Amino acid sequence: MTDLPPDTAPLRVSVWRGAKAGAFETFDVPMQESQTVLDLVAWIQQNADPTLAYRYACRVGMCGSCAMMVNGVPRWTCRTHVSKVMRGGTVQVAPLRNLPVIKDLAVDMDPFFDKWTEAGGAFFPTKSRADAVEPILPETPARQEADAAIECINCAVCYAACDVVSANPDYLGPAALNRAWSLVNDVKDGALDARLTAVSGAGGCHNCHSQQGCVAHCPNELNPTASIAGLKRATVRAALRGKS
Amino acid sequence: MLGVRLYMLQRLTALIMAPLVMGHIAVMIYAVQGGLSASEILGRTQGSLLWAVFYGTFAVAVALHAAIGLRTIIHETMGLGRSSLAVLTSALFVVLAGMGLYAVYAVTA
Ligand code: SF4
Ligand code: SF4
Ligand code: FES
Repeated sequence: MTDLPPDTAPLRVSVWRGAKAGAFETFDVPMQESQTVLDLVAWIQQNADPTLAYRYACRVGMCGSCAMMVNGVPRWTCRTHVSKVMRGGTVQVAPLRNLPVIKDLAVDMDPFFDKWTEAGGAFFPTKSRADAVEPILPETPARQEADAAIECINCAVCYAACDVVSANPDYLGPAALNRAWSLVNDVKDGALDARLTAVSGAGGCHNCHSQQGCVAHCPNELNPTASIAGLKRATVRAALRGKS
Repeated sequence: MLGVRLYMLQRLTALIMAPLVMGHIAVMIYAVQGGLSASEILGRTQGSLLWAVFYGTFAVAVALHAAIGLRTIIHETMGLGRSSLAVLTSALFVVLAGMGLYAVYAVTA
């Protein structure tokens, strides 16, 4: 990053302070070239108020820990350029929607990951180390479904974008269901029926309204709605076989 | 609050309703274009098992489909719990199916 000319006006950045109850606090942050929203938050914490709480790790869009609401839209802040999102010299940064706020910009991710477990997100191996490695053919339809779903970085941007999550606290949400779909299509996994039952309950895949808020906001351009549609078909087939 | 069974039932009733809606629209257009009077219509529907089955199936499918849809809306907007939802969904079904079948009875009996 390089400094812009010294007469460039600073950016007015309003940042959520507090937990569930709190208020926005505004900081003037010097503008720089190629600045990201995470850079703004880091600048505030390093130069204006060291008590500002926020979360990040990789800064390159790999770890999924830096998601926040930027001008009301869920985004990965380390890969979001300020120039793309600022409105008239201001940016608003708030904690991720649909998750309890711990402090300032840091949310409690437990409900999000608990739902991964609930949706059968754990892999169930069918072989031991004594068995030969199973060949996985990339061109099979099932593998292509799994590959399309597998690039998730667990950032919870889709979870924050989903209105069904807001309306129905039991709903497992797009990321957990997308994970379940990748395992349903994994020939090495041995828990198909249990997983289809796990995604068929009161908060399961059938509650998705298919409006694709998750697809519109996923920074990795995944399609959880398509994964959920796949789960709906698979669970109906299982129910017709008497398996759920 | 929609499990796989209610989901399937709602899809199934949609499948049943699709051709019935087309049939219903065709009948309405025919009746209006041909200028059929109320008594002429009743003359054709009364005592007709075919129309009783056609509109009877329609009324039950609508009642099931709508009760499940309303259940979702009520759950998501009012946050009702599982048992109150079950009671409300069943009550909605009974009221809707009752009204629909009563109307079918009135024109086909
Ligand atoms: S498509 Fe489904 S999972 Fe995605 S945002 Fe809409 S309701 Fe949520
Ligand atoms: S599906 Fe996309 S938005 Fe959702 S957690 Fe994974 S990477 Fe993030
Ligand atoms: S800090 Fe790792 S994805 Fe943004």
